[in-house]
Amino acid sequence: MLVLERPKVEYRGWSLTIVRLATKWGPWALALLLRFAWVIFFAVLVVLTAFVWIVGRFINPLLPWFLRDIVVVVGLLAFACIVAIIGIWAERKVSARIQSRLGPMRSGAWHGWAQSLADGLKFVQKEDLIPHSADQPLFRLAPYVTLVPAFCAYLAIPFGASWVFRDSDVGLLFVLALLAIEVLGVIMAGWASNSKWSLYGAMRAACQLVSYEIPMGLSLLVGVAAVGSLSLIDLGRAQERGWFSWLIFQDPFLFVAFFTYYIASLASCKRSPFDLPEGESELVAGFHTEYSGFRFVMFFFAEYVAMFAVSALATIIFLGGWNAPVAGWSSPWWFVIKSAFLVWVQMWFRWTLPRIRIDQVMHACVKYLLPLTLLLFLGGSAWQLYDNPAHPAFTVFANIVRAVLGLIGLGLVGLYVFGAGYGYYYRQRLVGSMVRKHLPGA
Amino acid sequence: MNEIERHYRYQGDPLHEGEVPSDIRTEELTLNMGPQHPSTHGVLRVLLQTDGELVLKATPYVGYLHRCAEKMAEQVTYRQFTLYTDRLDYLAAMNNNLGFALAAEKLGAIEVPARAQYLRVIFAELNRIASHLVATGCYGLDMGAFTPFVYCFREREYVLDLFEAACGARLTYSYITIGGVREDLPEGWIGRCREFLDYLEPKITEYNNLLSYNHIFINRTARVGVCPPDLALAYGLTGPCLRGSGVPWDLRKAMPYCRYDEFDFEVPVGRGEQGTVGDSWDRYFVRLLEMIQSVRIIRQALDKLADGPVQAKVPRLVKLPAGEIYYEVENPRGQLGFHLVSEGGTSPYRLKIRGPSFCNLSILPAVARNCLLADIAALLGSLDIVMGEVDR
Repeated sequence: MLVLERPKVEYRGWSLTIVRLATKWGPWALALLLRFAWVIFFAVLVVLTAFVWIVGRFINPLLPWFLRDIVVVVGLLAFACIVAIIGIWAERKVSARIQSRLGPMRSGAWHGWAQSLADGLKFVQKEDLIPHSADQPLFRLAPYVTLVPAFCAYLAIPFGASWVFRDSDVGLLFVLALLAIEVLGVIMAGWASNSKWSLYGAMRAACQLVSYEIPMGLSLLVGVAAVGSLSLIDLGRAQERGWFSWLIFQDPFLFVAFFTYYIASLASCKRSPFDLPEGESELVAGFHTEYSGFRFVMFFFAEYVAMFAVSALATIIFLGGWNAPVAGWSSPWWFVIKSAFLVWVQMWFRWTLPRIRIDQVMHACVKYLLPLTLLLFLGGSAWQLYDNPAHPAFTVFANIVRAVLGLIGLGLVGLYVFGAGYGYYYRQRLVGSMVRKHLPGA
Repeated sequence: MNEIERHYRYQGDPLHEGEVPSDIRTEELTLNMGPQHPSTHGVLRVLLQTDGELVLKATPYVGYLHRCAEKMAEQVTYRQFTLYTDRLDYLAAMNNNLGFALAAEKLGAIEVPARAQYLRVIFAELNRIASHLVATGCYGLDMGAFTPFVYCFREREYVLDLFEAACGARLTYSYITIGGVREDLPEGWIGRCREFLDYLEPKITEYNNLLSYNHIFINRTARVGVCPPDLALAYGLTGPCLRGSGVPWDLRKAMPYCRYDEFDFEVPVGRGEQGTVGDSWDRYFVRLLEMIQSVRIIRQALDKLADGPVQAKVPRLVKLPAGEIYYEVENPRGQLGFHLVSEGGTSPYRLKIRGPSFCNLSILPAVARNCLLADIAALLGSLDIVMGEVDR
């Protein structure tokens, strides 16, 4: 008979002491900590301020900047975490509304807002499971290789003209490079799991993600060629003069490039209709089939963090970044709202479209998207060649084209608002007479 | 090597022996799809010989849900076996009830009252709609579209509500019994049924807009898993799978039972609208068209419904005369056949059931050759198998 025995954990030496102390005094310490949390918080604040002042005044004037950096990085991490948590909750609510369900409603007081927190807590509590035949070091490493670069991309993304951790001359390149590392973690996970389904998912991810990096980068290059800088701050600053100055409306090539970038970014985030690496109905769960608990959460987080990151890139390079549609109203909120809208569109796609087959994914990239983006890059560069004071006739033409494109953009937004409003106002008629009254579709 | 490992040690596969050319260089990957897999619709195990994403050979292995239904029939009375028929194709329990009841009535020469006949038609067609809704929704899910699945189940819920109002059960009805139906309709049922029919028709257009004519969906399903008419006939395909291949064969038209000859309806067939005749899209679309025809039939049956008894005078313990009969009805998945052998007692001597899903599944190894991994899901989903019926 086969008997599976769980190895008994024996505590010795230091670990024994820690476990003993924790079991004896842990609850007391936690209770005290919570009771006097506000005192501790302010005490730490005061001590830190004093420390920073003393260090800056007497020891090294550059050291406070180091401390500031630490605070900002922690803040960015917190932002990325919040993006992932809200994204996961929003995905469930969006899917529920689209499917005339309610979605999570219980956790937290309002519309199940705490559902992702509760899920996260559940995942953290789960057993740390690694398949027996898995490649242990790689299996452990893979989630970090996927998640950490996605987080790091936020370091160079500007939220406003001065709201950036590090403005680099090659900020765009930095973000793209970090986002491209993700595929390494995915392949690692698929290989290390030692499961055939995981391997299939990893191989699909490899060919899909690497192929779509090229049209993605080329589409962004059209914008870069129009502004003449790889710095994300410069790209944002070039669009300060309202709706018609946004790069997407600057020339027809940029207009198309936005859409090609968006399609390619869907593929590089493994979002529907390009969600083959984790295609549920074919590959069970793809590359993360064997992952559970906290490691799975890391893959999940990485997906939503990357979703927001690619949307943020699209916002900065095509949609005016932090600038309002009216000149002079720029604010980081505009940036967050625009990026969140693009994330919502990604969710909308996911709950509407079927999945593409792998050969069609590659055909779409190599036969259509890649030549198209190459042409766009060429066209965009040629446009820049003539769109300057040396060619006054062309400049007039270019201004007319800009106005037309801007109006088309306004029309698209208006169409969206009209469609959403119509759907909301006539929801009863659209869903049908028999849907129960308490459902969201009713 | 312990006992278990010795037992499961690879000893060569007799099914594939001698089929792989000897001069082949690379190794093929043997992939076990199932018995626990999201798109095998139950506990089906398909052994795939793959070369990268290419599937060279797919062999289905069945029997994981075998519950000895046929053997059990020999132990229970005729009325009691009606309950077991519910469990064959659990998505179309009404049609299974109907098939068994008709076989027993034919052998026992039992006359069923007119109202019961129409009620049987109404419930069988409602269940056809419910079953096709599940097939449509699950097919969307197989193709990666989650939303149509939820919509279809929302609509199916109303059919189940109607069934619940009529017979108290939502999945295993045992409503159609030998000699008629179990009880008459409750008050206001006909109005609710008409309301549902009015509600369903625009919804089918919605599915077409959302899924059927979606470009990605067409690319995934058209020209995939093509069963030409002669192959479909050779493998004994029936139901929407056969009609999807362009063969207009429907038992309700060809050999009408239950007064189906009184109704005006069409038999939709696959016409290769998006690709070739007999591809997965055709099989899928035939089901949507059949739902519209079912709505037509139910409307006519509701009009014809007149007062009268719903049960023939049949004793509680049914005894059938000695004899043998084979009777088939058109189920949502194809022709469900009951081969009933009686020696004159209260239970059958032998009952052989022809499950349409089983015969439809048999075409899988012939069609799933040299296709992509994702096409296996497209093919399996369009065959619309129910493992409860495959394994019985």
